[in-house]
Amino acid sequence: MSAAAARRSTLPGFGLTMGLTLTWLSVIILIPLAGLFLKTFELSLDQFWGILTSRRTLNALKISFGLAFAAALVNLVMGTVIVWALVRYRFPGRRLFDAIVDIPFALPTAVAGVALTSLFAQKGWLGAPLAELGIKVAFTPIGIFVAMIFIGIPFVVRTVQPVLIDLDTEIEEAAASLGANRWHTVSKVILPSLIPALLTGFALAFARAVGEYGSVIFIAGNLPNVSEIAPLLIVIRLSEFRYADATAIAVVMLVASFLIIFAVNRLQRWAQLRIPAH
Amino acid sequence: MSQAQSYLSSARDDLRTEPRPVRAAIIAIAVIFLTVFVVLPLVVVFAQAFSKGVGAYFSALSDPEALSAIRLTLAVAAISVSLNLVFGLAAAWAIAKFDFRGKTFLISLIDLPFSVSPVISGLVFVLLFGAQGFWGPWLQAHNIHVLFAVPGIALATIFVTFPFVARALIPLMQEQGTQEEEAAISLGASGLQTFFRVTLPNIKWGVLYGVLLCNARAMGEFGAVSVVSGHIRGETNTMPLLVEILYNEYQFVSSFAIASLLAMLALITLVAKTILERHLDEGQLSSVD
Repeated sequence: MSAAAARRSTLPGFGLTMGLTLTWLSVIILIPLAGLFLKTFELSLDQFWGILTSRRTLNALKISFGLAFAAALVNLVMGTVIVWALVRYRFPGRRLFDAIVDIPFALPTAVAGVALTSLFAQKGWLGAPLAELGIKVAFTPIGIFVAMIFIGIPFVVRTVQPVLIDLDTEIEEAAASLGANRWHTVSKVILPSLIPALLTGFALAFARAVGEYGSVIFIAGNLPNVSEIAPLLIVIRLSEFRYADATAIAVVMLVASFLIIFAVNRLQRWAQLRIPAH
Repeated sequence: MSQAQSYLSSARDDLRTEPRPVRAAIIAIAVIFLTVFVVLPLVVVFAQAFSKGVGAYFSALSDPEALSAIRLTLAVAAISVSLNLVFGLAAAWAIAKFDFRGKTFLISLIDLPFSVSPVISGLVFVLLFGAQGFWGPWLQAHNIHVLFAVPGIALATIFVTFPFVARALIPLMQEQGTQEEEAAISLGASGLQTFFRVTLPNIKWGVLYGVLLCNARAMGEFGAVSVVSGHIRGETNTMPLLVEILYNEYQFVSSFAIASLLAMLALITLVAKTILERHLDEGQLSSVD
């Protein structure tokens, strides 16, 4: 490492800052995460498998991953519509709505959780009219779904928006002048160049929703096997001092999120290859 | 505009944009979606907080438990932001100013906390410091409290806010290169002089940007802190934890009063972020010129 750094050796402080970085990284991130994996190795394979395939764990994982996937799909579609409106059209309040997209990033999750619950509870502003239609959102799996949509929407918008802004309008003009109608231009010319960004936004929203805790637990109802998400089950197992159970679920979720991040990195490399840097 | 001109321009519009009803529908869907899913939750926080009047709101905020949660939140944020600031500056200096193998890998390690569920970020410290954890028995024997005390809350908060400052600074410092620093060094400045007089003025908006985002997350973190805090009333409850406790006790005005403070923090953060982003863009433009 230091030999390679010698190429730019006129600046001081490489050893010091790199040492500080690696120490702090190890103490705060790497050792604690390694501890989690070490704890898993204390379990036999049978025990590990037994925990993961118990009905309650399996259902919690299904609920977290399934609803997160569904919510990310909604975010993919709605995020694209929002980006399109924000980038391509001018309407009153556009800049305000553009800024508003970041609120789910900025609002503490517990605040989002109690706010969404109060909004969708049976007597809430949206819960009351929905209840008249016979739709119950709060304290059902639909509530989890709603909270996951809330938490995921900025990921799709903020990933796709810069790509659509940078997209050359000359290509679509060329397509139009060659006789393509608008729908063909959008679906055959514009959307394909957005695909890497769309997939990245989808994956980020999915990863966030799978691990989400604060904004979900208030509205979820938290009924085991029905509306109990995996992160909550980890917390419950911890409070019961069943550390092994908590750890096994955590490892599965952690590996899943690493795989998603790995996929995102590959996607971005693919996107860079497809669109050569200007 | 003459008729011919308007006909021409609308003909060009037809090629480049969608028919009017489609445009209207897309805008309407976007606006309604954002209003329902983002604006209304924010509004409901303040509506609930003030539902019993201004007096009830302020008496909820001046409750001793609320004040102790506010103090703890500020203290934990101060600790984690300052430590992550030092780390972020060091990491950005090493990564942006030098070439070495494994740089991309190091950056993805720094990014790790972004992809870890908050609950797991708390769990890892329970496994290290809990009664059944690796160092739990030793800590107990020496009467050192990490879990269910301020050090544990600070550690979990540092974990989740770890990448913010470094991520804000690395691209900025990479873009600025090393020429100015090399000039300063060759003119006889020491390393620290170079950093404080040359580098820091160049990255000050980036530092503020990182600190701002780091602070917002530190004050608002819920899942990780919830796992390590132990919820000892008046002692280890941060503001987000108190929001939960009061809400579960049906003390809605008090819960939403605390929540409204956190919501204001989020709004101020967003406004400040927009202003800083403008400064950062200008800085990049002027460095290109």
